[in-house]
Amino acid sequence: MDDKTRRSLQAGPEQLLYASILEKGMLFGMVLLLITYIIYVVGILKPYIPLADIPSYWSTDVHDYLHRAGIESGWSWVKMLGYGDFLNFTGIALLAGVSIFCFLSIVPMLLKQGDKLYAFFAILEVIILGVAASGVLGTGGH
Amino acid sequence: MERMGKACLVVILLLIMAYLMVGPATAEVSSNVAPAADSTPWWFWALTLLVVCFIMGIAAVLGGVGGGVLFVPIISGFFPFHLDFVRGAGLLVALAGALAAGPGLLKMNLASLRLAIPVALIASTFSIVGAMIGLALPTNVVQISLGVTILGICVLMLTAKKSELPDVPHADRLSSALRIYGVYQEASTGQVIDWKIHRTPQGLILFVAIGIMAGMFGLGAGWANVPVLNLLMGAPLKISVATSKFLLSITDTSAAWIYMNNGCVIPMIVVPSIIGIMLGSFVGVALLRVTKPGLVRWIVIGLLSFSGLRALMKGLGI
Repeated sequence: MDDKTRRSLQAGPEQLLYASILEKGMLFGMVLLLITYIIYVVGILKPYIPLADIPSYWSTDVHDYLHRAGIESGWSWVKMLGYGDFLNFTGIALLAGVSIFCFLSIVPMLLKQGDKLYAFFAILEVIILGVAASGVLGTGGH
Repeated sequence: MERMGKACLVVILLLIMAYLMVGPATAEVSSNVAPAADSTPWWFWALTLLVVCFIMGIAAVLGGVGGGVLFVPIISGFFPFHLDFVRGAGLLVALAGALAAGPGLLKMNLASLRLAIPVALIASTFSIVGAMIGLALPTNVVQISLGVTILGICVLMLTAKKSELPDVPHADRLSSALRIYGVYQEASTGQVIDWKIHRTPQGLILFVAIGIMAGMFGLGAGWANVPVLNLLMGAPLKISVATSKFLLSITDTSAAWIYMNNGCVIPMIVVPSIIGIMLGSFVGVALLRVTKPGLVRWIVIGLLSFSGLRALMKGLGI
């Protein structure tokens, strides 16, 4: 196998950078998820909804759940991180947000390589994921 | 082996029928009907969810499907959780699996970032649309659509062919302009394979529908990604499977945020599900060497068929 073939078998630098950030974010998110869940279940932090009451909420639709529990949708969970159940959202949000950082990180590398089109695609993807994460998109509800 | 598979299918059928006759503790489908108070303690459901997801994780690996596609129909069919929360959890389960596999697949150059990015732009945009449609529609309509989709996936699993190295005589103009091509080495033979794709515009159009379905039902979309990438666009099977798995980490991210921002995430459902599926996947990979995947595939198709039927029946109020 010649050097050219060997090089082409390897992932490009932007792909390796993306993979590296994805891996770190995933591992950190998973560990955070596990730790916050233990804090929640063991009762180190008091949950907003008592554990014994959860079964009366999870069988109703989301509209009723939010209304009955007095929870606001969107990013209101940030204000409730002092509760054991809402603390779990930090790990979940990290797992759901890591791809945004991955795309952001490869933009300078793509521009440096002169790959303006893919840099534009990466920025567009950041905007799409950012809009989804921002909570500006409402739904019709049930 | 085929006979054994069919026998397993029959056993599963009988077990599920027996379960249905005894009467599972499931929630009412219609949001207009007040749900019955569930006297079962929370820890029972959390523990059962963990065990079921662990088994599902094993079955998913051995059956060659994603965890998300098993999770939503099975958990919504046989657990007391409302479909809104099951779909939110399903997306996060599929997302966690994709995030865990993604870095390795990218580093090995089996998942192609150049192929994934244009596809992800379309799929992630339309998975947002799908999530918004799914949350706006009445639950019974989503249940019926989910049932039909799951039964369709079973048909796809039974009939779809796979092509290790599809014949792509010429790359189309769009894929050439986007420089979507690559090289990989087949580990079993050592052969170095140059790959390129064709029919890119048609493939991208299909990802509109795939994105909508992924967001609407909270299913991982590997079952649809792979045939489109492999059979339609002509990417080699390994590249298609790996890129599809990585792609889910982007498609499911956008839909997961919509569900999360609408309150459809209950940590007591999400965390045991993710842990169970992940642990099951590790065991599944270890078992892959000693198990006959063909047999497990039959079991998975059987489970999916009954879960799809159950979703359909729940949606129709039967």
